[in-house]
Amino acid sequence: MLDSIKDFAADFFVTGDPLIYGADVSIALVSIAIVFVLTYFKKWKWLWREWLTTVDHKKIGIMYLIASLLMLFRGGVDALLMRTQLALPNVEFLQADHYNAIFTTHGTIMILFMAMPMMFALFNMVVPLQIGARDVAFPFLNALSFWLFLMGAMLLNVSFVIGGSPDAGWLSYPPLSELSGSPGVGQDFYIWGIQISGIGSLATGINFIVTILKMRAPGMKLMKMPLFSWSVLSACITILFAFPILTITLALLFLDRYFGAHFFTLDGGGMSMMYVNLIWMWGHPEVYIVVLPAFGIFSEIVATFSKKTIFGYKSMVFAMMVISVLSFFTWVHHFFTMGSSADVNSFFAITTMAIAIPTGVKVFNWLFTMFRGRISFQSPMLWTMGFIPCFLVGGATGVMLAVAPADFQYHNSYFLIAHFHQVLIGGVVFGYLAGIYYWWPKLFGFKLDEKRGRWAFWTWNIGFYVCFFPQYFLGLDGMTRRVYTYGWDRGWAALNFTSTIGAFMMGIGFLFQVWQIAYSVRKGERATGDAWGGNGRTLEWSIPSPPPVYNFAVVPQVKHADDWFHVKEDKAKGIERPKQQLEPIHMPKNSAIPFVMASFFFLVGFGFTFHWTWMIIVGALGVFGSLFARSFSYDVDYYIPVDEVIETERKLGRSY
Amino acid sequence: MQQHIVSPEVHEHHTQEQESLKTAGFWLFLVSDTLLFGTLFATYVVLVGHTNGGPSGKELFEIPGFVASTFLLLTSSFTSGLAVLQMQAKKLSGMIFWLIMTLLLGAAFLYLEVTEFVNLVHEGANIGTSAFLSAFFTLVGTHGIHVTVGIFWCIGLIFQLRKHGITTVTKRKISNFSLYWHFLDVIWIFLFSVVYLMGVM
Amino acid sequence: MSPHSDSHGHGHGHHEEHNHGSLKSYTIGFIISIILTVIPMLVVFNGLMSRTGTLLVILVTAILQLLVQLFFFMHINEGEKPRYNVMALVLGFVIVITIVAGSVWIMSFNSVVQ
Repeated sequence: MLDSIKDFAADFFVTGDPLIYGADVSIALVSIAIVFVLTYFKKWKWLWREWLTTVDHKKIGIMYLIASLLMLFRGGVDALLMRTQLALPNVEFLQADHYNAIFTTHGTIMILFMAMPMMFALFNMVVPLQIGARDVAFPFLNALSFWLFLMGAMLLNVSFVIGGSPDAGWLSYPPLSELSGSPGVGQDFYIWGIQISGIGSLATGINFIVTILKMRAPGMKLMKMPLFSWSVLSACITILFAFPILTITLALLFLDRYFGAHFFTLDGGGMSMMYVNLIWMWGHPEVYIVVLPAFGIFSEIVATFSKKTIFGYKSMVFAMMVISVLSFFTWVHHFFTMGSSADVNSFFAITTMAIAIPTGVKVFNWLFTMFRGRISFQSPMLWTMGFIPCFLVGGATGVMLAVAPADFQYHNSYFLIAHFHQVLIGGVVFGYLAGIYYWWPKLFGFKLDEKRGRWAFWTWNIGFYVCFFPQYFLGLDGMTRRVYTYGWDRGWAALNFTSTIGAFMMGIGFLFQVWQIAYSVRKGERATGDAWGGNGRTLEWSIPSPPPVYNFAVVPQVKHADDWFHVKEDKAKGIERPKQQLEPIHMPKNSAIPFVMASFFFLVGFGFTFHWTWMIIVGALGVFGSLFARSFSYDVDYYIPVDEVIETERKLGRSY
Repeated sequence: MQQHIVSPEVHEHHTQEQESLKTAGFWLFLVSDTLLFGTLFATYVVLVGHTNGGPSGKELFEIPGFVASTFLLLTSSFTSGLAVLQMQAKKLSGMIFWLIMTLLLGAAFLYLEVTEFVNLVHEGANIGTSAFLSAFFTLVGTHGIHVTVGIFWCIGLIFQLRKHGITTVTKRKISNFSLYWHFLDVIWIFLFSVVYLMGVM
Repeated sequence: MSPHSDSHGHGHGHHEEHNHGSLKSYTIGFIISIILTVIPMLVVFNGLMSRTGTLLVILVTAILQLLVQLFFFMHINEGEKPRYNVMALVLGFVIVITIVAGSVWIMSFNSVVQ
């Protein structure tokens, strides 16, 4: 009996690596600490009622934010481990298989479990406030999306200590990711982690399209909508069309592994390149999904901090919509070297380059907005200024990669690595950080400390260039991606060492941010409703910070683009908008079903990973049971009476 | 529901707007489902010739079976429409009758599909035989799973109808169900055309 | 919580009056669908046409039947304006066609390689 338990544990848990034992211990300690704190302060009920069952978009946004920052930490640690291994030739810090696992989880986590949730955090924190709505179209579904994301992320992360991490690259190309190449459970964790969170992403896409199209404040015509909301709309449209492709691609890989199908295997007539073709049909739109909201964030910030209307509003909208559609016509540039015909490569080279045009339009618009503006350089604007040159270089090297014949030289080299980090960090991460700095006071009611923010900004930025510029040259010198070590004779040592220094600088930048948040929680300046010096232009700045649960006591009547700016202008001229009558506010009730259902999804994923049929059945029954429970519940909403609204507003210093 | 805070008319108004959002969202779900099937079709079309020396569609597909399936599903699509017509005429019993007809036709369709799959497996043509058969079973099977889910959904809705009658909420649910059912018929048309007809020609 | 966009400007409660087809339109749709199903069957089972001709008939009747069901059964020409669902559907079809045709085109390299 004891022996069989021992055998099971030796298979089940990852063993034999001191790094992982360290992680085991720290995970156990942190879990115990959390349980202890919650019990000691009697916070279990609070956790359940205020967070686990909430359907409030603001709280869901905050939960996404916390989760994504944790994932940024984990992905960042992965990156630092890799850079340590590569700092000098012949380092024996990591073994080859461990290195494989680390670059795989780094990529997967950073794109799917860091960038995506950070994006959803911003969607949730901002969009309803910006369009004058009291919640999203489907608050219940919104909560479900979050919990599905979290359970998916947990499933992937648990592979670190249980069963073994995936190690076939962040997109897991077959045949390596097939049973023949990856017999372990890591690959199944990967499939189910992404599948489960992918359902959530698709639901969020649908949710926000409907929210934006149908729930805007009266008078807010589409062409009067703030640009961030436009960018969310374009990203969600792309999600709607792209994520089903990912679901199917991974499902087919799962069928190969679980039921012995032959989609992508080497035998049985399978075609592994079909996987590459399919996954990039999702993968390419995916990078636009994450970068489009960043474009929207910059548009808001540039206008606010230049104290000017955004230059070329219509061209901005047009550019984003063009990008979101064009993104579906460029996927082959990820595998020009496959050996497809010259016609195919030429076609996709041209479509790829065409995307540079709308992107260039946007850059010029931002620059023209700043031109002759009275710019104030606070954190959000700093990150925006950091973004523009960085993204420009990333875009230019992207066009270089788009030249199909030249790509045979760059393909899978560090040149490519440098390029996509430049657009993903320079574009996406800088964008989201700018957005978090910008909207933080709105959601939390206090500002983040500027001084520590500046240190964070400069270490991040300088670190970025120190880290990734050498990699372009390493790529041109012939260093390919995913090598875990190299010899002195290659002559790559100096550049690699520089790169590692840059990576650690970015790590220090992140620590500054942690310090900044910790410091500001205690000493941060209280934020007013219009938190950025009264320069806010859009509706979210017209309500208190943090907003009450119903956001708007009365639904605003919109007349202009940047309506809040015009309200303030009119007020200065002595023109007041008429006060509106308060009415009882219709709100959704909290529900435990999203959390419960997502937990059952976790069981399904875990069961499939370990081939435990009983667990799959329990999980699947739970999922369907939850669906039915929801379908049969008709008491899902409530009203906040007028008196209560008046009282809440009075406490926030506003009279009605 | 706390109707005492607002009048029933105001509450009804909120409910209607809420339900119209859900219909809009459901349309988007159907569009995403179109993409899901689109990807499966792409895989099927690319892999259809990869029989790995095993049987091809021409040798495997039984004409009477898939012709019968097609008419069953087409008719059930029609009857689900009739249920919606009854709903608009506010005739609860007629509506439930046509929903049950839809269910039965759907179940008959599923029965044929399962029989087909079982026969194929007995002939030694299973999901692991060749890339072509992997793609075939997955494409047709995914549609079958959709039909199965639809059947359970419809049963659930019939219970809700009996409990709540025809209200704004149940109306929206039935309308969305019928959209889903028509959608499955449309997908089947393409399965019938691309998989079966092109398979046996 | 409530939707209140400009698209709702023209009077509330109009969801009630949506006329989702009539018995006549459903019946017409049903009959046309049957005809469009039978045509390719006849062509295929009796070998009436060349390979290309047959493929063309199958695809054209399938697409026609798609349209028939969309209009007669799913009533995409009704509902609130602007018809976002139709826009989404059209874009969806464009992308589906891209996926299918693109995959065939891109993967045709395989026949050269093998």
